[in-house]
Amino acid sequence: MKEEMSLIVRTITKLIYGFILVYGFYVIVHGHITPGGGFQGGAIVASAFALLIVAYGNQGVKKYLKKDIFSLIESTGLVLFIAFAFFGLGATFFYNFLANSGGLFGNPAVIGVNPGDLNTGGTVPIMNFAVGLEVLAALAVIILTMSAGSEITREKEN
Amino acid sequence: MKKSIFGIALIFFVAFMIMAAFGMRPFGEPVVSEMDDYYIQNAQAETGANNVVTTIVFDYRGFDTLGEATVLFTAVLGITALFREVVK
Amino acid sequence: MIDNFPFIAVAILIGLGIYTLIFKKNLIKIAIGITLIENGANLFLITLGYRKGSVAPIYTQAPEGASMVLPTPQALTLTSIVIGVATTALILSIAMIIYKKYGTINTDEVRRLKE
Repeated sequence: MKEEMSLIVRTITKLIYGFILVYGFYVIVHGHITPGGGFQGGAIVASAFALLIVAYGNQGVKKYLKKDIFSLIESTGLVLFIAFAFFGLGATFFYNFLANSGGLFGNPAVIGVNPGDLNTGGTVPIMNFAVGLEVLAALAVIILTMSAGSEITREKEN
Repeated sequence: MKKSIFGIALIFFVAFMIMAAFGMRPFGEPVVSEMDDYYIQNAQAETGANNVVTTIVFDYRGFDTLGEATVLFTAVLGITALFREVVK
Repeated sequence: MIDNFPFIAVAILIGLGIYTLIFKKNLIKIAIGITLIENGANLFLITLGYRKGSVAPIYTQAPEGASMVLPTPQALTLTSIVIGVATTALILSIAMIIYKKYGTINTDEVRRLKE
């Protein structure tokens, strides 16, 4: 049984794959202004990788998506999240030490209904980015490992 | 014989839950909401972000998010350990 | 009486999930039943925080002078959904390993730990 799908599916995947990636990263970065955030954006980017594996099969993707790189990205995301939680230890754990302070991400927000400003929020956008990296890599590792494991079971029944 | 006892117990359980759903407070009128009123009033002044739900997840209750990230990491660890090939 | 329909939907979802857990023998169908129970619990969490005639709790381009729904149950549901994903992935992986060792995933024939 051939693993990859027909020509129509492969062509549409090549066209759409970039747009799904851009949309996912947009939802992650604008997490403190619009609905969304780290978990939702990470799931959207992981669905782009799932589309690649479905359209090209496990053999065609093995050269480009490796499990080691995704494992490194996931550990980086989690360490960044915990490091920014420890930086505010002057007052308490997880203290928002960048809010309303004028530095990086430090503009004060206008009270009431306003169109959002990207420079606000304190440590919330940085934590959004770290959790987005972690969820993206975790879901990609899960899909890649289970897809490689199903090949072993298919060889057994042939 | 055992399956029919389970079936009758399941019907009693679902009937009990539907009667409890009828007896609950009307849908759309929360009873106590002081904590959420404080969050809605003061989240924009204290953190500076527009999205109140994101500030609750990452700033006011960030410790729960740390626990959830650990659960996701542990699940990936377990799946990688299951699919390892033993070289004999 | 018909206003409480979301709570009745939660009761029906959990009832259907428990029915699938008791009466079905395929391991994949049992995994679907566990997912049904978790979705029912998440729906119950969200519908607890609704206020009549309110908008989403986000200040970007909200209508002027409207009240907002309670934001705390939505934050708790986010965490619960991610934990549900992790649990389902582990259950399906264990089902794949059982198929590799026994050749079948019918729970009537997979009773004892082999070798």
